[in-house]
Amino acid sequence: MDKILKLLEDDATLTPEQIAVMLSKEVGDIKKAIEKYEENGVILGYKTIVDWDKTDREYVSALIEVKVTPQRDRGFDRIAEKIYNYPEVQSLYLMSGGFDFMLLIEGKTMKEVAYFVAQKLAPIEFVTSTATHFVLKKYKDKGVVYGNMEIDERGNMPL
Amino acid sequence: MIDYNKMLSDTVREIKPSGIRKFFDLLSDMDNVVSLTVGQPDFVTPWHIREAAIESLEKGKTYYTSNAGTAEVRCELAKYLKRRFNLDYDGHDEIFITVGGSEAIDVAIRALINPGDEVIVPIPSFVCYEPIAKLAGAKGVTVTTKLENKFKLTPEELKSAITPKTKLLVLPYPNNPTGAILTREELEALADVIRGTNIAILSDEIYAELTYGKRHVSIAEIDGMRERTIIASGFSKAYAMTGWRLGYLCAPKPLIKQMLKIHQYAIMCAPTTSQFATLEALQNGDGNIEMLRTEYNRRRVVIYEGLKSIGIDSFEPEGAFYIYPNIAPFGLSSDEFAEKLLYEQKCAIVPGTAFGECGEGFARISYAYSVKHINEALERIEAFVKSLKK
Repeated sequence: MDKILKLLEDDATLTPEQIAVMLSKEVGDIKKAIEKYEENGVILGYKTIVDWDKTDREYVSALIEVKVTPQRDRGFDRIAEKIYNYPEVQSLYLMSGGFDFMLLIEGKTMKEVAYFVAQKLAPIEFVTSTATHFVLKKYKDKGVVYGNMEIDERGNMPL
Repeated sequence: MIDYNKMLSDTVREIKPSGIRKFFDLLSDMDNVVSLTVGQPDFVTPWHIREAAIESLEKGKTYYTSNAGTAEVRCELAKYLKRRFNLDYDGHDEIFITVGGSEAIDVAIRALINPGDEVIVPIPSFVCYEPIAKLAGAKGVTVTTKLENKFKLTPEELKSAITPKTKLLVLPYPNNPTGAILTREELEALADVIRGTNIAILSDEIYAELTYGKRHVSIAEIDGMRERTIIASGFSKAYAMTGWRLGYLCAPKPLIKQMLKIHQYAIMCAPTTSQFATLEALQNGDGNIEMLRTEYNRRRVVIYEGLKSIGIDSFEPEGAFYIYPNIAPFGLSSDEFAEKLLYEQKCAIVPGTAFGECGEGFARISYAYSVKHINEALERIEAFVKSLKK
């Protein structure tokens, strides 16, 4: 039933009825499968991809590299928890390579993001350094190309 | 004043323009139309293929290739045909690259026809065969395939169309507009009729990669058929490469040798940039084909089930990306149905009569559109059908 996940990953607005038709299955079975995915935490949520630059909302985002000293017994998880509990943090990844965590943060202004780093992130115990990279322009996110309005330019051929 | 009628060839003047043109003219004057008319993929050519073309330009590969196309692309095509369809053609002298499947059809027909020959064309089908046959001086003998036979040419129908003048049978499967395909058993049955005659076969296999459930079988694979078969196909549908205009012909060496002369004098060679793109497609594109087919299959089910649920019955298409519903029960002619649907619900489909008289009572709906688009169109068709019932 991974086909359901693939379809929903591409378009979360698909209804169970539509998915049932697309996969030649019963609607009831599709509903049950989706419920199960939600219960088991395979499906964690549904979101919309918004290009905020096309709205009036003030919005900036930044990627922040974080170096930490891992804690005895609890490794990185405890520090991760301290970081991801801040609602400003959109994504948090433990990384291989030259630093430990990469987090994606969103805010209204650069000042707000800077404030978060200085006042909340940097002072967390065991955080040894941070490097903030502001996003200047989003070209593609989650497989979607930004600003790319699809226009059907196909010519009507005489068959 | 010049009398252009006298200036022009009588044959050309007598050929009717494609019936669909008028309908598209209506369409182009309207806004916000949800159209299901287009006969080409809605996907862009995969990036790796486009990149190969760009790279060839950067390297200055802007010359003519040999008439038949580059040896590389022909040999890679031979491998592809073996891999995907179990066909054995020698890339050196049994294949050449054309400007789309269309040129392949034109060249094949012109190479075979003597004035007065008859060409059997199962209809409904792609609209070019009969006019091209006429231009070559042949007579087109159409055979109307039937809904109850799933729009397949039957051995009986074929038998009754054959005369001493029959030179060529066109085999347009997987079929535009019906979505019909021919299975190995059905091809065997047709082969039984043809074996022992001198009739040649032009097999238009442009939709060969787009079949659902069953793999396409070429008539060239059937015993005794390869020696008389010309395969015309191309890369437009399988790789979403319509604008590149690249196709090919496969046939026994003596036929290729003669057909190549027409291509040589009329075309020189297929576009070089497109040949480099196609080489990449053939080498690394199988995965893309699977992706496209899966997506089309999804859409096929959505449109088939969607039409059924609003009371429009169709033959369930097994290939290409069209569905050919039966709209006769609604009491309108095909043209009326399509025009009213366009004006009342701003939804465009192709009236079956665009494929000639045989299409009366039917419509062609393309599902080379996103599921969202198809669902929007289905809502409009449903609203229209409901208004008819009142």
